[in-house]
Amino acid sequence: MPAFCYHRPATVEEAVGLLAEYGSDAKVLAGGQSLVPLLALRLSHPEHLVDIGRIDGLAAVDDGPAGFTVGAAVRHADVELSPVTGRAAPLVAAAMPHIGHRAIRNRGTVCGSLAHADPAAELPAVALAADAEMVVRSASGERTIPAADFFLGYLTSALDETELLTAVRFPSWPRSTGGSVAEVSRRHGDYALVGLAAVVGVGDGGRVERAALSFFGAGATPVRVTEAEQVLVGEHPDPAAFAEAADVVTKSIEPPGDNHATAAYRAHVAGVLTRRCLAEAAGRATGGGA
Amino acid sequence: MTADRHPLSMTVNGNRIDLVVESRRTLAEILREDLGLTGTHLACEHGVCGACTVALDGKAVRSCLMLALQADGGAIETVESLCDDDGALGPLQQAMADSHSFQCAFCAPGFLMTAHCLLAEDRDIGPTRDEIREELSGNLCRCTGYQSIVDGVERAVTALVEARNA
Repeated sequence: MPAFCYHRPATVEEAVGLLAEYGSDAKVLAGGQSLVPLLALRLSHPEHLVDIGRIDGLAAVDDGPAGFTVGAAVRHADVELSPVTGRAAPLVAAAMPHIGHRAIRNRGTVCGSLAHADPAAELPAVALAADAEMVVRSASGERTIPAADFFLGYLTSALDETELLTAVRFPSWPRSTGGSVAEVSRRHGDYALVGLAAVVGVGDGGRVERAALSFFGAGATPVRVTEAEQVLVGEHPDPAAFAEAADVVTKSIEPPGDNHATAAYRAHVAGVLTRRCLAEAAGRATGGGA
Repeated sequence: MTADRHPLSMTVNGNRIDLVVESRRTLAEILREDLGLTGTHLACEHGVCGACTVALDGKAVRSCLMLALQADGGAIETVESLCDDDGALGPLQQAMADSHSFQCAFCAPGFLMTAHCLLAEDRDIGPTRDEIREELSGNLCRCTGYQSIVDGVERAVTALVEARNA
């Protein structure tokens, strides 16, 4: 692995001070489950690593009125095993079993996955579907970035090189709303060929009030297919509506083709996942459960 | 660049270790090269194969995906910790041997440590076969087709549950 200078700041202030000082020469290390492979493969060679894993203020999960907030040092396994997650952020809970393997989830962090912005990863798509907000700090202050404005391209987020993603905040989960995450991958735990994080909110009249279809592995960023979401709104959540939405997805989504799968195959799978996830999400919305 | 070195203190298989290590070295490299614990195997070195799995504070982790410095202050267990003090196979190892779990066994340390962490979980009933398969899904074996490995872990679970209820 290429040599670098290792820093272990004790506070967020110290961390953003280091980022301000070193700028593009520095990378943030949290769980390291994406960054360390990049270093091992010599695809990344930062001069400075800023290890935020020991900063106390970033280690908390908070379920307050502002929503479900996950600090930057919180590991996937902490969120997965927390009794709060299933109620407060059911879409996050649904994504967890798909993320790597147990040993990866024991080290990798939720915010690290978001900051890494891999378009084939689950959590960026979940953040986009659930209208999450990124809480970002730099030496000059704090700002929040909506998920819709955060993912700019392949492994590229709206974070400036001097900024640290300190937390992600998922808004309070609305009532009568269900979520579902599904994916197709070559092997369980691999990055998905295509995956979907779906949300269905059902109104008092039994019709769909809100739908979110957020695909991963389908472009340079996670992708919302709003045309298909619009098809669902106002309809009864039934197989006919799901099939129509799936049809729109397959026709409008433009996934990449590569040596793992063709674009046409991915578009087909996206439609299949649409039907499956909508059925599960609608069932959870109307069944009263998450 | 002059080597960037930092102090590292951890316990490895119950022994306190104090070193000064170069920041770019992984936990797997320190275990194998500095501590001579070559039971931990390195294959893919980018987190895919699971051969380097060790326990950190009781949880399974990939030692190739951790800087050694990230383990500072932690308690590491490696496959060397699984045998009895006299060098005889421990119960998990014996169960897997009895099930002929491995062929070449290059992957064995990773499977053993993954299973060790699973078995150490504090739960009323042992994991089901499906749960075992799920937990082992991050470890690759190119010899066996996995059935014998799952059999071995299941055998260890059965023995553990029987011992608990005895």
